[in-house]
Amino acid sequence: MTLLEAARTVGIDIPTLCHHEKLAPYGACRLCTVEIVREQHSRLVASYCYPAEDGLVVKTETNRLSKIRKILLELMWARAPGIAPLREYGMRYDITGVRTIREFVIGYEIKTRFETEPTFCILCGLCVRYCAEIKKKHAIGFIGRGTQREVVFFPKIARKECTGCRECFSLCPTGILPPHYALAEVSSTK
Amino acid sequence: MVLELTKIDEIINKYGADKAFLIQVLLHVQRENRWLSKDALIHFSERLSVPLTQIYHIATFYKAFSLIPRGRHQVTVCLGTACHVRGSPHILERAQQFLGISPGGTTPDLKFSLKSVNCLGCCALGPVMVVGRKYHGKLSVSKVGEILQSYGQEE
Ligand code: SF4
Ligand code: FES
Ligand code: FES
Repeated sequence: MTLLEAARTVGIDIPTLCHHEKLAPYGACRLCTVEIVREQHSRLVASYCYPAEDGLVVKTETNRLSKIRKILLELMWARAPGIAPLREYGMRYDITGVRTIREFVIGYEIKTRFETEPTFCILCGLCVRYCAEIKKKHAIGFIGRGTQREVVFFPKIARKECTGCRECFSLCPTGILPPHYALAEVSSTK
Repeated sequence: MVLELTKIDEIINKYGADKAFLIQVLLHVQRENRWLSKDALIHFSERLSVPLTQIYHIATFYKAFSLIPRGRHQVTVCLGTACHVRGSPHILERAQQFLGISPGGTTPDLKFSLKSVNCLGCCALGPVMVVGRKYHGKLSVSKVGEILQSYGQEE
């Protein structure tokens, strides 16, 4: 059992975005980060991936965690402004948008890392993992890395497998999958 | 230029068609072919029974792989701090001018590909330009053309 599952069985709520009961632990969004305390030292772990053990002291809401979650939410907000789960958690962690304060260093304007092109994908991997782990179809996958990373449907596979399924559409926290799919449909007819 | 699938099969067989060696196989083909074509990627997926999505995931993640043809000679100009202060931007500019391509590009005759990196770990040699596996250190702008010319002429 993971820390997250253990917490939920006793009614302790830990925020999550990339967690799904049926999927293997993944740990993309880090929102479920908690502090575990061992011999006075505390450490940050993703509760969704960390196995629960007897006698382990776990803190699920601290100032430190609030700060971390706030930053994470803001970064995701930059990619997917105003999507429902972010608004919801945003209320809890006091976020209503992205900070746009510009910093100026010797005449150069520095863009904050919260100012970025919205892609409406927070790279939670729910779609990719669901398709691979549950449906075993591998019709959608990640390509690229770092800031260039994105999800794409593989047109040839999608044309064969997705028509009767589309179960990932409702899993996506941002709702961006239909246009991605439409794009794949167009390119598969070429 | 395109490595035929039979050649790719030979490489796959060398690794026992074992999916545990996927990255080694990709590296091997990249080395021989200097890029991984779409057909090649589909072929790996079929022969090694690895989902195509996963192959693309890996092939687009590591910079060692290229999904477009690369030139025979990889030209790498260091723009790390040490090289930068010794004028490497001018080296890059000269290389760009000589080859007629910008960083990330490949010449139409597939002889050269150009890229810039941020420190090659031999700062004492700066400014450094690497062609293939050969390091050209303490370089001056005036030598760039000459060096590239010598690679362009061989064979
Ligand atoms: S498309 Fe949606 S479900 Fe898929 S990784 Fe992006 S945010 Fe997550
Ligand atoms: S829910 Fe824990 S990392 Fe996303
Ligand atoms: S800065 Fe060029 S090798 Fe280090």
